[in-house]
Amino acid sequence: MKPLKLLGLITVLITGFFLIYGVSDMPNWGDKNAPASTHVSPYYIQRSQAETNAPNFVSAVLADYRGFDTLFETTVIFCAGIACMMLLRKEDDG
Amino acid sequence: MINRYDNLIIEFFCRIIAAPVFTFGVYIIFHGEASPGGGFQGGVILGAGFIMLAVAHGMDFTLRRIREKMILFLSCVGVFIYGGIGAACILWRGNFLDYGKLPLPLDSVSVIRGIGIMGIEIGVGLTVMGVMISIYYDLIDPGGIQPELSGGEEEEQWNSF
Amino acid sequence: MEFILSKFNYWIYIIMMMIGFYAMIAKRNLVKKVIGMNIFQTAIILFYVSIGAKKGATIPILEAAHHAKIPPESIEVAKYINPLPHVLMLTAIVVGVSVTGVALALIILIYRRYHTVEEDEILRQLS
Repeated sequence: MKPLKLLGLITVLITGFFLIYGVSDMPNWGDKNAPASTHVSPYYIQRSQAETNAPNFVSAVLADYRGFDTLFETTVIFCAGIACMMLLRKEDDG
Repeated sequence: MINRYDNLIIEFFCRIIAAPVFTFGVYIIFHGEASPGGGFQGGVILGAGFIMLAVAHGMDFTLRRIREKMILFLSCVGVFIYGGIGAACILWRGNFLDYGKLPLPLDSVSVIRGIGIMGIEIGVGLTVMGVMISIYYDLIDPGGIQPELSGGEEEEQWNSF
Repeated sequence: MEFILSKFNYWIYIIMMMIGFYAMIAKRNLVKKVIGMNIFQTAIILFYVSIGAKKGATIPILEAAHHAKIPPESIEVAKYINPLPHVLMLTAIVVGVSVTGVALALIILIYRRYHTVEEDEILRQLS
């Protein structure tokens, strides 16, 4: 094994060790009272049908509550398509 | 690249499955607010349908169906629909992307917001479809894409890759 | 043992992330680096989606008729999984596809110029 690859392996193992060390502070799998599930998501689950008439909470949050996010996400993938076109296309006749 | 009539089974099967794939993609986009799905997923399915046609039948066949300028136009129209619906809400005294203010002849605000969600999902779907096909076309072809030039020179350029 | 079993999703995502990270650092082939980046991205997506999970809950779609008027207070929150990580990761997946496309386009340009995708050979040609 080359020394550079060994250095990479050591870096990866150190990063993995710190992440595993941090796991002990995370909530258990399937915890109903996890911090991620108690702050704003009960509002979305309870109100989105009444406010946006969309039974799919994901669509309601994606397109209505976080519409600005999705707008620029769409712009990002549009820019990626434009970037691919500018990088790879050779001649352009209009 | 597979030439025409090279592989009859794949070509026949893709010819059969193409129409259900496109129908399924449009269904995913328009039914996205009530079932699993939405603009991103439906757009990817529509784009994958065109990529399937391009893989099975070759680039010339697909370019005759949907040209590159058409793809670019569709993705621009998708972003324009999204931003246009958002800006139209400003005209009727709402915030940006506040669909409840749109002047549709419906009784409740929540139904109008549902219509707004469907409108922007159409825009997202068009953009994602266009970008998927555009990235595939650009990655698969070494040079400029022209459906008329399928002669020896381009084949040689292809084989050198 | 309970520490491992009750938090197995984090262990899986850490192992996947280490695989992707190692591929990004140590591999010489540029295409393998892009594949490593995709594995890394999948690990992060798995992490986010597993945060939103609730035991015994169903998908975040209301179980009712389409236009039924349900009072918001009667909807049980613990019955549906958290929709917010799904929203964030839905956009992240599509952005990941775009990033992969741009990266492959750059690799094609590098191949056209240097006729290789191996990193050390490119460095040898540059020096």
